[in-house]
Amino acid sequence: MRTMGGFSQMKLAVNFLTIGLVILSLPCGSYTEIPPKPPGSLTVLPPVKPAGGPQAFPDAENSNLPAFTMDYARIQVPFEVTLWVLLASFAKIGFHVYHKITFWVPESCLLISIGLIVGAIMHSVHEEPPAVLSYNVFFLFMLPPHRTGVWILYAPRDRSSRTWEPVLWFAVVGTLWNSIGIGMSLYAVCQIEAFEVQDINLQENMLFAAIISAVDPVAVLSVFEDVSVNEQLYIVVFGECLFNDAVTVVLYNMFIFVADMPVVEPVDVFLGVARFFVVGLGGMGFGVIFGFVASFTTRFTSNVREIEPLFIFMYSYLAYLVAELFSISSIMAIVTCALTMKYYVEENVSQRSCTTIRHVVKMLGTISETLIFFFLGVVTITTEHEWNWGYIMFTLLLALVWRGLGVLVLTQIINPFRTIPFNFKDQFILGYGGLRGAISFALVFTLPDSIGRKKLFVTTTICMIMFTVFIQGISIRPLIEFINVRRTNRNLETINVEIHSRLIEHTIAGVEDLCGQWSHYYWKDKFLKFNNRILRKIPIRDNRAESSIVALYKKLELQNAMGILDTVSGDINAGSSIVPLHEEKKSSGKPKRKFVAADLMNMHDILSKNMYKIRQRTTAYTTKHSLPNDSRTKEILIRRHTSIRRSLGPGSFNGPNEAKSQKYFSLPPGKSLDSKFPPQRLRHTGNDDDETMSEMDYPSARSRFNQPSRSSSRAMLPLRRLNTLTEVPSSSVVDLVDERSGGRGAWGRGMSRLNSSSSDSRIPAPRRHHDPSNGPDNGSSGDHGSGDNGPEGEQQPLSPTPAWAAEPGDRDDSGTQKPLLRPQWKTRKP
Amino acid sequence: MGASQSARTEHEFQDLADRTGFSLEQIGNLNKRFRQLSKNEETLSRQDLASISALDNNPLRAQIINAFFDKRNLRQNEAGTVQVIGFEEFLMVMSHFRPAAMHITEEEREKLRREKLRFVFNMHDTDSDGTITLEEYRRAVEELLSKAGTIGQETAKAIADAAMLEVASTTRGKMEPDEFYEGITFENFLQILKTFDIETRMHVRFLNMDTATMRCGK
Repeated sequence: MRTMGGFSQMKLAVNFLTIGLVILSLPCGSYTEIPPKPPGSLTVLPPVKPAGGPQAFPDAENSNLPAFTMDYARIQVPFEVTLWVLLASFAKIGFHVYHKITFWVPESCLLISIGLIVGAIMHSVHEEPPAVLSYNVFFLFMLPPHRTGVWILYAPRDRSSRTWEPVLWFAVVGTLWNSIGIGMSLYAVCQIEAFEVQDINLQENMLFAAIISAVDPVAVLSVFEDVSVNEQLYIVVFGECLFNDAVTVVLYNMFIFVADMPVVEPVDVFLGVARFFVVGLGGMGFGVIFGFVASFTTRFTSNVREIEPLFIFMYSYLAYLVAELFSISSIMAIVTCALTMKYYVEENVSQRSCTTIRHVVKMLGTISETLIFFFLGVVTITTEHEWNWGYIMFTLLLALVWRGLGVLVLTQIINPFRTIPFNFKDQFILGYGGLRGAISFALVFTLPDSIGRKKLFVTTTICMIMFTVFIQGISIRPLIEFINVRRTNRNLETINVEIHSRLIEHTIAGVEDLCGQWSHYYWKDKFLKFNNRILRKIPIRDNRAESSIVALYKKLELQNAMGILDTVSGDINAGSSIVPLHEEKKSSGKPKRKFVAADLMNMHDILSKNMYKIRQRTTAYTTKHSLPNDSRTKEILIRRHTSIRRSLGPGSFNGPNEAKSQKYFSLPPGKSLDSKFPPQRLRHTGNDDDETMSEMDYPSARSRFNQPSRSSSRAMLPLRRLNTLTEVPSSSVVDLVDERSGGRGAWGRGMSRLNSSSSDSRIPAPRRHHDPSNGPDNGSSGDHGSGDNGPEGEQQPLSPTPAWAAEPGDRDDSGTQKPLLRPQWKTRKP
Repeated sequence: MGASQSARTEHEFQDLADRTGFSLEQIGNLNKRFRQLSKNEETLSRQDLASISALDNNPLRAQIINAFFDKRNLRQNEAGTVQVIGFEEFLMVMSHFRPAAMHITEEEREKLRREKLRFVFNMHDTDSDGTITLEEYRRAVEELLSKAGTIGQETAKAIADAAMLEVASTTRGKMEPDEFYEGITFENFLQILKTFDIETRMHVRFLNMDTATMRCGK
C-alpha cells in the first residue's frame, strides 16, 4: 500500500519538481497573514510564475481556439506541494498498516528510508531536489507547526513545577554544555594533521557544534510514551525537545555572526551572552503578549464562531513572525503564545472550535514532522558530500561523550534538589536518548556558503542524524526494556488506590501548610490568585453562562440525564415488580459482587474531577494519537460544572433527586463491551436510603469529552439497563417513556412510586424541547442567570427551581442546539 | 536565651535527629515553625493548628490535625488522643512524611511502606479499633470530596461503598450472600494498596533553607 501510493505519487512528483526554488523566490512579506500551514498555505497564494522552473508541458503554439489546453506553470507550485504532502501522508498510512513496524522502528527512521528511496530515484533521473529547506521556508512554514505540534502531541499532562524544574536546566544548560564542549574538542581534533581539516577555525567549529548539539528526540518521546517510562524522564526529554531548538537557534545566529568576524573580542562574548537572554526572554514576552491579545479577541467572537480557530492560528503565527522579525526566539514565542492562549481562550471559544483547533494543530504538526524527515532522506541522496573519516567519526564520538558527560554532571548538580532523584538508569537513557533531528538538519543546510567546509558539515550532520536516529532510535526501546527503567503504572487503578492517592496529595498539601514549607506552591498560588482576581477578567467573557461550553455542557448533561432516567426506569420496573423494596433493604449490608469496568471508570472520573483544586497531580501523559487532547477542556468543563450545579440549585440533576431515587452503577449507554460482566446492583449496609450513584453525577467523561461529535447521538444508542433480576419487557419501558414525556407530573409519579420521599421539585423537569419559553421555564431562567456566580461563587440558597429549565444560552443559539437535541427525542418517543 | 540554653537545644536536636531521621537544619526549621504556631509555648494545641489559614481549604483539615494528636502516630503503641503535643511529638508525626532515602533495601522499603500506610490507616480508623468500618470509610471519602462542591454526600457514599466492595472482593474472594464484611483490617489495607507506591508519594520536601524568612525577604 505504501509503495503503491508512494510510486504513483512519486512519478508525478519527480516529473514536476521545483517547488523549493519557487518558494524561495516568493517575497516573504506578502504572506504574513497565512496560517502556519507550511505547504498547504501555498495553495492560497496568488499564483506566481516560477522564475526558472522547467516547464514540463509547454503550451503548444496554436492559432485556433484550442480544444484542450494545459497550463502547468500556473498550478505548478501548489500542485507540487500538494503532491509532496500527499506522498508523505501515504507513507504514513503505509507505516500504520503494519503496527509491528512502527513498534520496533521509529517512524522517523521509516520516513527517512522512504526519503532515501525517493531521493535515489530522483537522483537517477537527475531531478533537482525540492529546496524546501531554505532557511525561510523551513523556519517560516515547517517549524512553527512542527513545534506546536510537538507540544500538543506529546505534552505531558502534569504541569506541576516539581517536574518542570529540570527541564529548563537540561535544555538550556545542557545545550550550552554540549555545544561548547563539542566545539572546543572538535577544534582540538582539527589540529591533527592526518585529518586534513586544519582550515576549520574555532568559530566554525563552534558554529558546527551548536548545530550538532540540538537534540530533537521526538522519536524517543514516542518510544517513551509507548513503554510509559516514569514521567520525570519523559518531561525532561519533552522539554529538551521543545526548548533545545530555541537555544540552538540562538546559538546558531550568534555563531554565524561570530564566524564572519576576523577577531572575536571579549566584549563580543558579553554581548553574545546578553543577546542570549534578550532572545530567549524576548520570545517569551512576545508569546505572552500575543496570547493575551488573542484571548482578548476571542472574547468578542461569540457571534462568529466559525472563524474562531482562525484567530487562534493567526495570532500564534503572528507571534512567531514578529519574533522572527526582531530575530528573537520565535519558537519560544509561539510556544508561550500557545500556552497563554490555552489558558484563556478555551473558556471563550466553543467546544467545536476547540476541537477544530486541536485537530488542525495535530494535523499540521504531524505532516510537517513527516515532511521534515522525508526531505531529510531525499536530500541526503541528492546533495554533494564531502567525506572525511576522521572528522565525522570524531564528531559522532564527541557528541556521544559530551552528551553523556553533560547528563551525568547536570544530574549530579540537580539531584540534591529533587525528591525523586534521577538514578543511573535514568541518566543512561537520558544520555542515550540524545537523538538529533530536524533542527540540526535544517540549520546545517542553511549555512551560508561563505563557510569553507560547508559540505563537510552537511555530511557530518547527516551522518550524525542517521546514526542517532537509526541506531540509537531503534535500540532505545529494547534498551529501556532491558535495563528496566522505572515506569509509570498506567493501568487502571482500583478505587481504593485512587482514593488514597488523592488523600495523600491532600494530606501532603496540608502538612506542607502546617509545617510552613510552601516550597513550590507559594508563588504559584499567589499567581493563581492574581490571575483569578485581575487577569482573567480581561480576556474572558464575563457572562459565563453564555459561554458555549456551558451550553454544550448542559446539552450533554441533559442527554445524560435522559439516558439515566431510562436506565433508572428500567430498574424501577424490575425492582418494584419483582422484589419489594424492603426485601432489598434486608439484603443490604453485604456487598456482593464486583463492579463492571465502566463503573470503575466512572468512579475514577468522579474522583479525579472533584479533586480539581488539588495543587499537584501527577498523571500519565496523553497519548499521541488520541484526539483531541482533552485534559484542559475537561478542567474547564468541570469548573463550569461547579458553577452550573450551584446556580441551578437543588432542582438540578445532582440534587437530592438522585439521592432518593433508585440508582445503580450503570454502564453508559452503548458500552456493550463490558457486557460480559453481569449487570449488578449495589446494595449496602443497613442504611435507610439506597445509596446510589447515577450517571448524571459523572456523565462519563470519556465519551463526552473525547468525542464530542458523537455524544449527540449517544442517547440513540441502545440503552443498557441494569436490572439485576429480570429483563424488563420492552413494552413496559416504552410505557414509562411515554408516561414521562406526557408531562412532569406523570413522570414524577413514576419516580415517586419508588421513592416515597422524593418531592416533585427535585425531579428533573420535562425535556426542554417542549417549549423553552413557557411559564415556569422562564422564571427559572431568570433565577439561573442571576444566580450564576461562577465557580467561586457562594453556594446558592436552595430554591425550588425546576431543574432543566431553559438556560440563558438557549436564547442565543437555540438554533444550533435543537438540531442536536431533537433527533433523539424523536427516537425516544415511540 | 543563654549559651547554655542553645547548647542544650543543640544537644536535644541532635537527639531528635537521631530518632526521627531529620537533619539538624530541618529540625531547626521545624522548631521555628513550631514556636510560631504555638506562639512560643512549649506545647501545641488543636486550636493552634486549626488557626492556620492555609489549611482552611484543605478538605482533610480535621483529619490532618487529628493525626497530630493521635497517640498511635507518636510511635507509641497505645491508642487514644492527646490534648497538646510538644515539639518532639510534632517531629514524630512529621517524620512520617520524610522522603525515602535514595538507596534503601527492599526490607527497608517495605518497612517504610508499612509505616506510612499505618499512618493513613490511622487517619481512617478514627475509633482506633484496628478496622476501618464502612462508616469510617464513608466519612473519610465524604470529607475528601467535601470541598469539591459539585457532588453530594450520596455520591461520596457511593464511592466509599464501591471502594469497600472492592476491598471485600479482593480480600475475601467470593463471599456468601449473607456474609457481612465488618471492615478493613490493616492487613487488608496493605493488600488493597499493594500497587500504590506510597513510599514515593507520601513525602514532604522538608527544606533545609528557612522558607519562612525567605518568603519575607522576597
